[in-house]
Amino acid sequence: MFELLGIPPQVLMGQLLIGLINGSFYAVLSLGLAVIFGLLNIINFTHGAQYMMGAFVAWMLLNYVGIGYWPALILAPVVVGAIGIALERVMISRLYKLDHLYGLLLTFGLALIIQGLFRNYYGVSGLPYAIPPALQGGQNLGFMFLPNYRGWVIVASVIVCFGTWFMIEKTRLGAYLRAATENPELVGAFGINVPRMITLTYGFGVGLAAFAGVLAAPIYSVNPNMGADLIIVVFAVVVIGGMGSIMGAILTGFGLGIIEGLTRVFYPEGSAVVIFVIMAIVLMIKPEGLFGNTA
Amino acid sequence: MIKRMALMTVAASALAAAPALATDVKLGVLNDQSGVYADLSGQGSVVAARMAVEDFDAAGKGINVEIISADHQNKPDIASNIARQWYDQDGVDVILDVPTSSTALAVADVTAEFEKIFINSGAATSDLTRANCQPTTIHWTYDTASLANGTGKAVTEAGGDTWFFLTADYAFGHALERDTTAVVEANGGQVLGSVAHPFPGTDFSSFLLQAQASGAKVIGLANAGADTVNSIKQAAEFGIVQAGQKLAGLLLFINNVHSLGTQTAQGLQMTTAFYWDMNDDTRAFSERFKEEVGAVPSMVQAGVYAGTLHYLKAVEAVGENDPAAIVAKMKEMETDDPLFGKGYIRKDGRVIHDMYLMEVKTPDESTGEWDLLKLVSTISGEDAFLPMEDGGCAFALAD
Repeated sequence: MFELLGIPPQVLMGQLLIGLINGSFYAVLSLGLAVIFGLLNIINFTHGAQYMMGAFVAWMLLNYVGIGYWPALILAPVVVGAIGIALERVMISRLYKLDHLYGLLLTFGLALIIQGLFRNYYGVSGLPYAIPPALQGGQNLGFMFLPNYRGWVIVASVIVCFGTWFMIEKTRLGAYLRAATENPELVGAFGINVPRMITLTYGFGVGLAAFAGVLAAPIYSVNPNMGADLIIVVFAVVVIGGMGSIMGAILTGFGLGIIEGLTRVFYPEGSAVVIFVIMAIVLMIKPEGLFGNTA
Repeated sequence: MIKRMALMTVAASALAAAPALATDVKLGVLNDQSGVYADLSGQGSVVAARMAVEDFDAAGKGINVEIISADHQNKPDIASNIARQWYDQDGVDVILDVPTSSTALAVADVTAEFEKIFINSGAATSDLTRANCQPTTIHWTYDTASLANGTGKAVTEAGGDTWFFLTADYAFGHALERDTTAVVEANGGQVLGSVAHPFPGTDFSSFLLQAQASGAKVIGLANAGADTVNSIKQAAEFGIVQAGQKLAGLLLFINNVHSLGTQTAQGLQMTTAFYWDMNDDTRAFSERFKEEVGAVPSMVQAGVYAGTLHYLKAVEAVGENDPAAIVAKMKEMETDDPLFGKGYIRKDGRVIHDMYLMEVKTPDESTGEWDLLKLVSTISGEDAFLPMEDGGCAFALAD
């Protein structure tokens, strides 16, 4: 068959699939960020630390309580979401009326504190978390060997992402949420408890980050720095997709994962930078993002 | 008048009662305290330096030692600034540890500029005693040449004659790839290719697939710390080892093996300068270390202990805080400590001692949390490290 720039098609297909897997993480994380920013106007820098907490809660559930992977997929987001809600109630809600920058500073500081605490207790070498028995092994697809767990990551991310999109764009609850962002007073006048909706939305966004953390625990090492490396890239993804757009975050997440995967094949040294290069280009041509609207 | 006389008498007698002239030295432990190499150096290195000062009984011998530490975050510019400030304003005499080869090279140059002393035990690049050698640099513990001569040679001789490298894209990775390539080719092997991943990395699946596609018998991991751990885990996930390719972890520390667990890491070979369970002396030290730090010492932390000890012996012999004389003394005296045994320091700053080729035990063989390695063979210092004549260190070869 043909060779693209010296790379045989089997290798390319394998790399595209790997890119899709990375894109799944970008999509779920940037979805959480987009939900929080789009609906609450908070730049949630704690997102990476909350992703890390999701992985750690899954590990703790397994090692301290004996609860395995499948319940942890639900429990960890709930636990971390509850912590997120507590943070929101106590600290973040006081900054809504102020400039975005204050929310950014607060959440950034919280991220550093949380990471420091975990690093103090658990070190940086990483804790082991085994792939659940049902998902071990893999399929030989001919052009590559796909571990079952990685295939599951793609499936789970797609389900969660499109489920969230559907809920926000197509259901009544989502309509209330979108209305509350545009005009909180008017929506409040209709008898809807706007502050509680905002709190629960923050909790949901944090829960999404924690869900990504549980997905990551078996394949990336569970260590306190895992969020810090990822969060910068995720922010770039959200900026490229458009800060307020839910579908934009999902599609950009998957798309950029694939582009990063291709860069790894043709120019591996540049794979850490390519997303930021794209972000710079997008900001110059269409500052509101590919799917964003100037609002 | 009488009061003034009394005051002066008191002052004079205080001066007369002062102890004999003591030597003041200030040590700076500069390493990674929060990133990928924090477990193998970090706070443990500070503890190791302190233990060396206590064991040497510096205070009793009239040497006042002050130890400070800082986090260079694996960035050469930060390391350079801290070193500069330490030497220039804070009166630091010796910088210890400094893992991450790029930062070590930067600190070596700053140390030479200020004519102080740099006892490196954390970094790997052999360039510290080769192209970038300085009269003020002492390179303890290990280097990329000894790793290549240990693991690289052993794996090639065992039948791994085609290699593909997964390299951390910075000074260390490239140095390790270069030195291991030389050893592989010298032993009849062939390098089919390599791929450089950003440092630090998280996901190596893409690079591992490229390694798999190359068809090489051995995938050489020219990276360290958390990068190596993740590479090995993800290789297991993608069935690379099951499909028949061998992984060669060219730089592994005891903390990484602990992180991987014997189930995943069993059979992996690694070259090390120190192992906690080697003999009674190393065990005694490691028990004390473990009580304070919570983990057994890595070879880097052991190197900080041994380097500090040797330095203090030289200070005692010289009698004053004269960096050039102390370095000359360190190179003149044989090194002898409970952790590394006997050795010596070459003119180019390279410390020569035995290296050990070890293998990770199987889960059945391991009887305790840290009982992870077994000795395969001992490589003498002369065989492990690159001969000075081949190193290309200008000042050492000059006369």
